[in-house]
Amino acid sequence: MLSILGYNAGPLLAQSILGLINGAFYALLSLGLAVIFGLLNIINFAHGALYMLGAVVAWVLLNHLSLGYWPSLLLAPLIVGAFGVILERTMISKLYKLDHLYGLLLTFGIALIVEGLARNEFGSSGMSYAVPESLRGATKLGFMIMPTYRLWVVVASFVMCITTWFVLEKTSLGATLRAATENAALVQAFGVNVPRLVTLTYGAGVALAALAGVMAAPVYSVNPGMGSNVIIVVFAVVVIGGMGSILGSILTGFGLGLLEGFTKFLYPQGSGVVVFVLMVIVLLTRPAGLFGKAT
Amino acid sequence: MMGFSRPQLVALAVMIAVIVVAPFVAYPVFLMKVMCFALFACAFNLLIGYVGLLSFGHAAYFGMGCYLSAYAAKSWGFSAELCVALGFVTGAALGAVFGAIAIKRQGIYFSMITLALAQMVYFFATQAAFTGGEDGIQQVPRAPVLGFISMQNDMAIYVLVAVVFLAGFLLIHRIIHSPFGMVLKAIRENEPRAISLGYRVNDYKLMAFALSTGIAGAAGGLKSLVFGIATLTDVTWQASGEIVLTTLLGGLGTVFGPVIGAVIINTLEFYLAPFGSWVTVTQGVIFIACVMAFRRGIVGEIAARAKVAL
Repeated sequence: MLSILGYNAGPLLAQSILGLINGAFYALLSLGLAVIFGLLNIINFAHGALYMLGAVVAWVLLNHLSLGYWPSLLLAPLIVGAFGVILERTMISKLYKLDHLYGLLLTFGIALIVEGLARNEFGSSGMSYAVPESLRGATKLGFMIMPTYRLWVVVASFVMCITTWFVLEKTSLGATLRAATENAALVQAFGVNVPRLVTLTYGAGVALAALAGVMAAPVYSVNPGMGSNVIIVVFAVVVIGGMGSILGSILTGFGLGLLEGFTKFLYPQGSGVVVFVLMVIVLLTRPAGLFGKAT
Repeated sequence: MMGFSRPQLVALAVMIAVIVVAPFVAYPVFLMKVMCFALFACAFNLLIGYVGLLSFGHAAYFGMGCYLSAYAAKSWGFSAELCVALGFVTGAALGAVFGAIAIKRQGIYFSMITLALAQMVYFFATQAAFTGGEDGIQQVPRAPVLGFISMQNDMAIYVLVAVVFLAGFLLIHRIIHSPFGMVLKAIRENEPRAISLGYRVNDYKLMAFALSTGIAGAAGGLKSLVFGIATLTDVTWQASGEIVLTTLLGGLGTVFGPVIGAVIINTLEFYLAPFGSWVTVTQGVIFIACVMAFRRGIVGEIAARAKVAL
């Protein structure tokens, strides 16, 4: 058996893989938050609740409409994204002229309603969601054996993150989006329908959260509280990475998942707080975050 | 008088009259709970309403005040006034450290950092030995005031709670209307200008933060004495959200708003408690209604209509 610094490498690898899976979700969620924040200047507190909604929609599709994992992977983000579009049109769009804090408070209210209704409907305990047939079993990776589904989560979310990065940084749509972030009035003057762009961006960011939710359903159980547990960590991830760059939020998400995994191995009690401790250290040394631009 | 305007004096007189009469009409323990949360909301309002800082983790200070004072009453035999004082010191000390970190960033970042730090406190409370983890600290004795005035009777402790609440309320009012408070308001209105006038803005923010968290801690200490327990409920982020809601509903930056907010929110919870998660849903609806329709809150709207400061 391999050993690193006198520790048995087996459990360490297992924990880092677990950490990497958590990291995959952190990355997807903080990416959505960063995209929304970039264009709407709103911290979407409802992000966690919509991630949970993605998982719940997948569960409902499976148990009431017999639609399996693969259709859900497409349908749940679409449904939740459409819900996001409605939220943006009816409520969030009315707040752009006000202090950012009102956006935070509004989305917090939305999160409470979504979570409360889910709790009323499904109770507080988790509902299991089976791993799809084609992704059952384990895959040999040479240095270790890993459940295929978890490998899929890491790879799929990585691909999704890179795709988002590519769309934002390398396509003309992304260029328009980035321009609108810098100066919305000017982009509007060039004939771009900025309000529609903003609405669709919110929808896309939310759909990304729902996608993470569907992927999370077989790993963790589907649980109305799953969003509120993860959103605060994601906030810390965002503070650590800084809102400056898309790539930054992806790297920070995966990196912090790994760090959590390592901590779980070395000092299990500390795994819950390690992200927050790192946040404090980063704030004291680099207040703008690791990848953020100083303001 | 003490910086109170005439309408405020009338409102204060009404509030004191209600505090005196209420325990003969309503359940005293419920009224004490309302006063604890009203003091907590007033402390929170000192930051959001007068410095413009939205702390999203104020439950951490309230909750730790609760834990420390419960522990002191149970294990060290502290008297009641010392327990409340310990709650204040706990909240202020924790606030001084967290505040120093959080004021390094502005706006939404400040809110996210206070939330994350409060979550750290929550994890600490689940792990530390003295908090009793999931069970919390139970069967805390109602410590006597000065060591010999018994608090076993609900009416006796009601007087203590009322006195501490009024003292805290007047202290906050005094802070707001002092020269120090004027600088705080200047920072809220225009931070760069306050800096250019030579004020050390961060020192003022930190001082206001520690005062606010100290009073929140004292409110927590008071609550643990009344109910005889300190549990994880009081350090959750939901509790932090609730105090934001209480203050927003009553009216940010109004003296009496947080008190009215605490009365409404606690009454609502009292009646909705049997319906489980409908409490959360209702709170969410109120949040949205406040943000979308009346951002001044109840007292703020009344004050604006009547053209007075309340």
